[in-house]
Amino acid sequence: MTLADLKRGEQGIIKDVSSIHIPLKLLEMGCLPGNTVELVQVAPFADPMYLNINGTHLALRKETAIHITIEIVNG
Amino acid sequence: MGKQINVALIGNPNTGKTSVFNALTGLNQKVGNYPGITVEKKEGICKLPRGVKAHIIDLPGTYSLNASSLDENVVIELLLNKNDKDFPDVAVVVSDVEHLKRNLLLFTQIKDLEIPCILVINMSDRMAYKGITLDIPYLEKQLNTKIALVSTRKNNGISELKELITNFKELSTEPCMNASSIDETYFNNLRKAFPNQLLYKLWLVITQDVNFGKTDRKTIEYVTNFKTKTKADLKRLQQKETIKRYQFINDTLKEGQTIDLKSAKDLRIKLDRILTHKVWGYLIFGIILLTIFQAIYDWSSVPMDFIDESFASLSEWTKSILPQGAFTSLLAEGIIPGLGGIVIFIPQIAFLFLFISILEESGYMSRVVFLMDRIMRRFGLSGKSVVPLISGTACAIPAIMATRNIESWKERLITILVTPFTTCSARLPVYLIIIALVIPEGRILGLSYQALTLMLLYLIGFGAAVGSAWVLNKVLKIRSKTFFVVEMPNYKVPLIKNVALTVLEKTKAFVFGAGKIILAISIILWFLASYGPGNDFNNAEEIVTEQYASNNLSDEELQQKIASHKLEHSFIGITGRAIEPAIRPLGYDWKIGIAIVSSFAAREVFVGTLATIYSVGSDEEETIKNRMAGEVNPILGGPLFNFASGISLLLFYAFAMQCMSTLAIVKRETNSWKWPLYQLVVMSSFAYIVALIAFQILK
Repeated sequence: MTLADLKRGEQGIIKDVSSIHIPLKLLEMGCLPGNTVELVQVAPFADPMYLNINGTHLALRKETAIHITIEIVNG
Repeated sequence: MGKQINVALIGNPNTGKTSVFNALTGLNQKVGNYPGITVEKKEGICKLPRGVKAHIIDLPGTYSLNASSLDENVVIELLLNKNDKDFPDVAVVVSDVEHLKRNLLLFTQIKDLEIPCILVINMSDRMAYKGITLDIPYLEKQLNTKIALVSTRKNNGISELKELITNFKELSTEPCMNASSIDETYFNNLRKAFPNQLLYKLWLVITQDVNFGKTDRKTIEYVTNFKTKTKADLKRLQQKETIKRYQFINDTLKEGQTIDLKSAKDLRIKLDRILTHKVWGYLIFGIILLTIFQAIYDWSSVPMDFIDESFASLSEWTKSILPQGAFTSLLAEGIIPGLGGIVIFIPQIAFLFLFISILEESGYMSRVVFLMDRIMRRFGLSGKSVVPLISGTACAIPAIMATRNIESWKERLITILVTPFTTCSARLPVYLIIIALVIPEGRILGLSYQALTLMLLYLIGFGAAVGSAWVLNKVLKIRSKTFFVVEMPNYKVPLIKNVALTVLEKTKAFVFGAGKIILAISIILWFLASYGPGNDFNNAEEIVTEQYASNNLSDEELQQKIASHKLEHSFIGITGRAIEPAIRPLGYDWKIGIAIVSSFAAREVFVGTLATIYSVGSDEEETIKNRMAGEVNPILGGPLFNFASGISLLLFYAFAMQCMSTLAIVKRETNSWKWPLYQLVVMSSFAYIVALIAFQILK
């Protein structure tokens, strides 16, 4: 599953980041395989997503989130 | 006393880097531009112990040395160029105690450049609150650096930092990790090919081409010919580098930092549950905007009236004290009213920047970006366009510069093109004086009609911006990759010092920047209004005296008639009359015409121009507002500034592109004359048509 499927309050672990679609900047902000990610809040229509990735709080659009593969750790 | 030490402040956005800068330099700072580009350059002087002085430069915030924007590129250009006069003797890397892990990425990169480095861990006052403890000696050893624990809020640690800067020669320049192990063969070849250069520097120059496509460093230019890898390979290698750096940082922090999650409190999550809520979030944002407009209107009216009256009496006083002549007249009727036209905006501009800087400083602006992204996207804009559109209410110039962090070129271009529609502070004086003239006083639900009109004008501005963005989104055929990421920083109570410095600096920039234009135009206008060609102007006295010989006018009335006859036949009067046919359908006379023409340089000139024109025409001590209220429409009779012509003028100013500086910035940011010219023609013709329709319906 991808980051775009994450529900509010759920936590996941980043498994893979598609290197073609994801800009370096996002990796530098901590969006790296192995890090935990949590969905904090969603804007109307669930887009963009307000995430807590490894302690960094940031907002991403769904179109970017689909390129990040995750695994749910607690539901 | 030795030479000045060059210090560069470097850090991620939202680490309080500017607070550290303000704490070090206080009022000894100046803001300029980097040569050739519009990136803001902040520098200042700091007095260090033992009589040493430091020249401090506050570099734009960046997450890493892999630049993806003009602002970030400034940092790399400086750090790679040893010959730059600003090249730092010591780099002060500012980090935030809550985001140490992410902040250290940039730190390890700067260490690789072998520049003496001090690590500032800012916001140390939040450590207990967040349950963080740090093993400073361990971290200093692992990172090969000296650490200053600083709290700009509590004013802690600044003198320790100054001490470290003074003793910068004792700092180690050894890198703290070995990043080249990500691809040994590649880096060994690189080292062999360019033995005299720093390896990491070479790597940065090579990858910079991938990131940014711009290298202008003659000494190592040939490095870019070292093409043994494809772009995709380089990108992958950069990812590996980032992961490698994080591994090192994680290992270091595992030992050097403990976070007790039990004692950590997180206000952010609680606040965000409300402030970014689907319903409450928007409602709160609306209330905040409404409050701001009401406050700007109510709070600044007192100082503004005071300034208006003071300048009127100053002008009168000058006339009474100096001998009559061309100089006195230039001073009393040209320069003083012109200056008054600048000073009067100070209260509002200061209030507007006060609110904007509070919204930015508190971290709320990022929540607005998050809330608005989906809505803005529908119009071809980005959530990040909200920041330019809101800053546009202060001035379009910094607003257009603020579009730089929009990643998609199409979204950015559209934002640049529509931002001038938002009601900038230069429109404010025009609006205020016309609203005061044509909108009745009175209140509904505690809000004055005049404030509501102003709010409506702001909404019209936003509406025009968003509407034209929608059209542009359909019309423009630009394909560009969209990508959107915005950091949601922690909420902070804004530091009074930071807010005050922003307000001071922006107001100063307005007064001296726009002020110069206004003053120059005021003087030119005075000249054009005080001199004229031919018989009608030079013999005005005789002509008028003869004309009214049988009317038995008092001396004063006669002088008035002479003055207005003179004005009509002066250079300015002749120009005004020539364009009158074009603007009469809009409800304007030739005096307003002159004001509109001169305000194509800058909108705020409008009030100054009318002030100058009316000063030349009258002898009495009166405020600009009273003089304008007394003007009579020469064709229709009745006051010239009535509801119809007032609304028409308001709408004209809402839409017309009247700011040369904005056009210049748009040219620079889009790198073509096409877009600014397009803005000028489309916006101004639209303004003319709307004003025409409004007047014809309302008259």
